[in-house]
Amino acid sequence: MRRIAFLAPLVLFLGLAGWFAAALFSGRDPRELPSALIDKPAPEFDLPSLAVGDLADGRLSSASLRGQVTVVNFFASWCAPCRVEHPVLLRMARQEKIRVIGIAYKDRPEDSRRFLAELGDPFLTTGIDRDGRTGIDFGLYGVPETYVIDKLGRIRKRIVGPVTPALLDRELLPLLRALERS
Amino acid sequence: MRLLFALFLLAAPAWAVQPDERLADPALEARARALSKELRCVVCHNESIDDSNATLARDIRIVLRERLAAGDSDGQAKAFLVARYGDFVLLRPPVRADTYLLWFGPFALLALGGAVAFAAQRRRTPAAPAPLTPEEQARLAALLREEPK
Repeated sequence: MRRIAFLAPLVLFLGLAGWFAAALFSGRDPRELPSALIDKPAPEFDLPSLAVGDLADGRLSSASLRGQVTVVNFFASWCAPCRVEHPVLLRMARQEKIRVIGIAYKDRPEDSRRFLAELGDPFLTTGIDRDGRTGIDFGLYGVPETYVIDKLGRIRKRIVGPVTPALLDRELLPLLRALERS
Repeated sequence: MRLLFALFLLAAPAWAVQPDERLADPALEARARALSKELRCVVCHNESIDDSNATLARDIRIVLRERLAAGDSDGQAKAFLVARYGDFVLLRPPVRADTYLLWFGPFALLALGGAVAFAAQRRRTPAAPAPLTPEEQARLAALLREEPK
């Protein structure tokens, strides 16, 4: 017992070093935080909508999230990564037939309108979150940010930053299809 | 030169909190300031919302003041933000069963290290040497008696 006890610090050190190395090389981004609202109902909101769209008379409310799998995308015309992300949203809505709702975060309605006219409008309806309060209710860090909401109106996934084509194919579409089947 | 130095002393630090955000009630404003020093700016990560110039930090300062003005206690105002942003918004993590390791781990390690060091120290201290036997004493006396040449 005595004879191997002197090895204890070395073993402890190697264990810790191994653990730290695994965490360091795992490729996990420590800045990527899960939403505090995962599996909780999406916050209530009632926003004016950008155009008189398909949802109730010129407004977009959280009631419209129930019953169908929906993707909610926070964007702004002043946000450069939103431009990068936009073709992916268009593909999601047009080819993959996903219900995508936009929320224009702290953006002037005329600017949001111009942004969508220029790049194409993937959104069923776009809510106007002029003061960013709906953003805070969602726990938004910045734009773009995307939330997947299931049929019961619960948030199932949050993506901080632009949705890339790879992310859409590898993570988002499988999740959306599974949620649609359930 | 001395005047310049005196002027430097007069310079007020630049606060991130803008005058238009402040509450009219000084007691409420003081509570809001104290609270916002404990809340993390989620976009800048290692700054409190009191220090941050980020627009989101400003929005959250305003929301916080609204909650306090509406009659929320400090705990309720904090809970409002934790519900949205998670424990991550608290610069000081809560003491809970799942954070005991975080809070008390270092002290436990220190105690463990201290115990190991103490044990090692005790083992190393040699026992007091046995007294000399009569033969050894006779030999010592003989050696001492020998005069150096």
